[in-house]
Amino acid sequence: MSGKEYRTITDVKGPLVFLEKTEPVAYGEIVQLRLTDGSMKNGQVLDTSDDMVVVQVFEGTAGVDLGTGVKFMGDVFKLPVSKDLIGRILDGAGRPRDGGPAIVAEGEADIIGAAINPYSRQSPHDFIQTGISAIDCCTTLVRGQKLPIFSASGLPHNDIALQIARQAKLKDSDEEFIVVFCAMGITAEEYNFFRSDLERTGALENAVLFVNLADDPAVERLITPRLALTAAEYLAFEHDYHVLVVYTDVTNYCDALRQIGAAREEVPGRRGYPGYMYTDLAMLYERAGLVKGKKGSITQFPILTMPGDDITHPIPDLSGYITEGQIVISRELHGSGIYPPINVLPSLSRLMGGCIGEKTTREDHKSVSDQMYAAYAQGRELRGLVAIVGEDALNERDKQLLDFSGLFEDKFLRQSRDEDRSIDETLDLCWDLMQNISTKYLVRLDQKWIDKYHPTEKK
Amino acid sequence: MSDENGVIYRISGPVVTATGIRSRMYEVVRVGHEGLMGEVIELHGDKSVIQVYEDTSGIRPGEPVVRTGQTLSVQLGPGLLTQIYDGIQRPLPVLEKTMGTFIERGVDADGLDLEKVWDFEATVSVGDEVAPGAVIGTVQETETIVHKVMLPPNHSGKVASIESGSFNVTQTVCTLEDGTEIQMMQKWPVRTPRPYHQKYAPDTPLVTGMRILDFLFPLAKGGAAGIPGPFGSGKTVTQQSLAKYSDAQIVVYIGCGERGNEMTEVLDEFPHLIDPNTGKPLMNRTVMIANTSNMPVAAREASVYTGITIAEYFRDMGYDVALMADSTSRWAEAMREISSRLEEMPGEEGYPAYLSSRLAEFYERAGRVETLEGEDGSVTVIGAVSPPGGDISEPVSQGTLRIVKVFWGLDAGLARQRHFPAINWLSSYSLYPQSLDQWFRDNIASDFPEIRTEISSLLQVEAELQEIVQLVGSDALPVDQQLTLEVARMIREFFLQQNGFHEVDAYSGLEQQYKMAKAILTFQDSAKKALAAGGQLEDVVNVPARTNLMRDRFEAGYLDRVDGLVDEMNKQIAAAAEDN
Repeated sequence: MSGKEYRTITDVKGPLVFLEKTEPVAYGEIVQLRLTDGSMKNGQVLDTSDDMVVVQVFEGTAGVDLGTGVKFMGDVFKLPVSKDLIGRILDGAGRPRDGGPAIVAEGEADIIGAAINPYSRQSPHDFIQTGISAIDCCTTLVRGQKLPIFSASGLPHNDIALQIARQAKLKDSDEEFIVVFCAMGITAEEYNFFRSDLERTGALENAVLFVNLADDPAVERLITPRLALTAAEYLAFEHDYHVLVVYTDVTNYCDALRQIGAAREEVPGRRGYPGYMYTDLAMLYERAGLVKGKKGSITQFPILTMPGDDITHPIPDLSGYITEGQIVISRELHGSGIYPPINVLPSLSRLMGGCIGEKTTREDHKSVSDQMYAAYAQGRELRGLVAIVGEDALNERDKQLLDFSGLFEDKFLRQSRDEDRSIDETLDLCWDLMQNISTKYLVRLDQKWIDKYHPTEKK
Repeated sequence: MSDENGVIYRISGPVVTATGIRSRMYEVVRVGHEGLMGEVIELHGDKSVIQVYEDTSGIRPGEPVVRTGQTLSVQLGPGLLTQIYDGIQRPLPVLEKTMGTFIERGVDADGLDLEKVWDFEATVSVGDEVAPGAVIGTVQETETIVHKVMLPPNHSGKVASIESGSFNVTQTVCTLEDGTEIQMMQKWPVRTPRPYHQKYAPDTPLVTGMRILDFLFPLAKGGAAGIPGPFGSGKTVTQQSLAKYSDAQIVVYIGCGERGNEMTEVLDEFPHLIDPNTGKPLMNRTVMIANTSNMPVAAREASVYTGITIAEYFRDMGYDVALMADSTSRWAEAMREISSRLEEMPGEEGYPAYLSSRLAEFYERAGRVETLEGEDGSVTVIGAVSPPGGDISEPVSQGTLRIVKVFWGLDAGLARQRHFPAINWLSSYSLYPQSLDQWFRDNIASDFPEIRTEISSLLQVEAELQEIVQLVGSDALPVDQQLTLEVARMIREFFLQQNGFHEVDAYSGLEQQYKMAKAILTFQDSAKKALAAGGQLEDVVNVPARTNLMRDRFEAGYLDRVDGLVDEMNKQIAAAAEDN
């Protein structure tokens, strides 16, 4: 069928082109459009029947007219994959953007990606040390996990993501991660920030970048993360790399999804987002993990900005139901000048339980983490009470907890952008801070750890 | 073109339209050159609308569509237990063998191992009259479960021949006088409930070992419960605890549109966990269905039906079956997605208008019944709901709450305080106590219901007092109210909080639950007396024996020691009063 060019467009609507009287066209097939001025655009079949074919055009439909030629390429979207992808910068549709040569493919992979058989998965359990105390102690990252950053506009999520990408390593191991970075609709400025940081630290040599910027076609955003994840799967499961996929910003991706849904006149779900957004996001997020019999792994670090800082907005909400926890960035902490402004209270790592302890991090990790969390939560709550009744009305225990919550933010959370704390340093720091609370109030700490680790009470 | 074979006319995601076949509603058809499995869900003149259970990328109009004449069915027989299936009963280990790590499409797999040979023992003799659903023999399927081989519900007659021996599931084990050959395997269409004689009112609790559930909000065997909660509030952990510790004889666990790693965790964990009721590995009584969030959406829609049909099959053998569906919201979303592709007029929030009737039909397949054989069997359904933003005013939560009699409301606030299980004791409810109280009185303690009432009213009072405390601080309250707060705190921390991962604390028997609740009330009584005799609240509350009473619940053999610990506490409280 490829080779034949149709000039049977009947309707153009938003990013969609409708045409009729074609040979049978495959669902999901790739399409090339030749405009009357000779320029080319690419698209994909969204709906196909004997009477009508609907094509979504990645570059937008500007300039398309009824005389535009449409060629069906006879295959679904595939990414040429190769080890040579490492160190390259590609655009949102997988074409070189760095001026380098075309990728010499070792193979081609369908970008939709098949689901991993749950029976073939291996439970993630390797601790990744990020060097950021709040994450390592309270929301531990595990190799093969999908742990998003829930942020909002104006917050330093990019710095945190970069710091993690830079510092992430297995404890007592020099094994490095390959970073697959995927930009979806971010500004050129943000992109330059990422790129220059990766360049500065030399990480670019071990990275693959897929870049769709804010002024690139919105519809293309729908394939960019799929390209990135296809590359990641290839590197992880064919070449045994440990891959860290950072993609930003999921919110832009979802907006592109909504745009297509609206153009197709689909029945919208919440806030106009399509009803299948959960499934669609799952098809990205679930492409993380480890599988039996393969050495490599995919760890995902998606970044999303919560519109209006609202965690119940459909994008963070649906993400939270799929991902294995979340790291929540707080505007309040950022406002008080704390970096990284991670609010540990709503943050969570679902895989943490299985990966911390004597064999992986340290025997007292769980106990310490529970106690730090509990004390900070109580201290934060007391701030509200103090605002009403004043600090004098607090009893001894409450005063200690209140003071602790300040120290927690100032000493534990706060660290510089290039400070790489080992897990032992982080846990020792916790013990140091917990000295400020009498041991009789430290009810979540096992006595045996107090005996062993408490700076002043150890035996 | 014959009526049996047609061609594809249109493809839109998982929905395919075919022309040239005269299919029936819910008939299974084979789509495209690869023979992808699909189900007819709508008819328009000569067009059949089909939902396809596999990815449709690359399929073209003009490819063939073939009728099978069957409706979507599951294979029932020995070999179900310990198995893990996808949404349309393909065993995942078999899929791994045929296509590797990733699930490709166009692969068929039988739900049961057709080669495996089982020891069949006949329980009826030649000449016996057998009715539909009659048990004709048994197979020891796993260490703990005897599989009863039943006559399919549409057969009856006189046994012409039957023999014990080793057979696979497709070999004939019995023939009837009218010539019907009976095999161990039978098929049943998933969307049709299996028949039974009559439904009874449930009167026995499903003991889960979780104190807040069994004691405050009990669920009956044959009942239905909904667990709504926002993400991170512990739905899956609660469902898994129920799968581990509830005293059902068979557990069907449906992972519907959830995380792949969670299913892996269950697969890793269950074979090593011991069923507290039998002392044998939990896997022996478990059937799992996993259709993770990125697996095809139509198969997700089917997965809950596959699961409940398997549950009903074991119920028909006279077993108590518990089915966990995590999460029914994903099932509802699958319905919404298909519905929107059909361009149906939407109801609330884009869900199809038939959402609530589908939910009702599903939950109505729960129940305690007299089976065709005259046995007592039950299916208990526990459905997790994932309301967007944790707001249960949305259609799936509301549709569920209208049907189920037990509501276990998970609370993100409690989860954040690390109070687990994070079930809110003020908003949750159970409508079963009335029908279960007699059982509790007869089997546990004659005052069991009264103790429950006292505990829940204390929690209610605490909620009211807390509002005052928020304003004036607890020191401003009179001593008796301060004591009430202390007692309520004891209920929360000692009784309601339970560590699902702790080897001892994860499971509390009913007798122990009763004793713990009673101990709290005893503490209240002796503390009141001590205060009246002039004791100081601080001294009374802080007696070491009470701390021991609370802490020792993590030690094995706690049940035998509770009474002694309570006596010691009473002594110390009385002494604390006298010291003044």
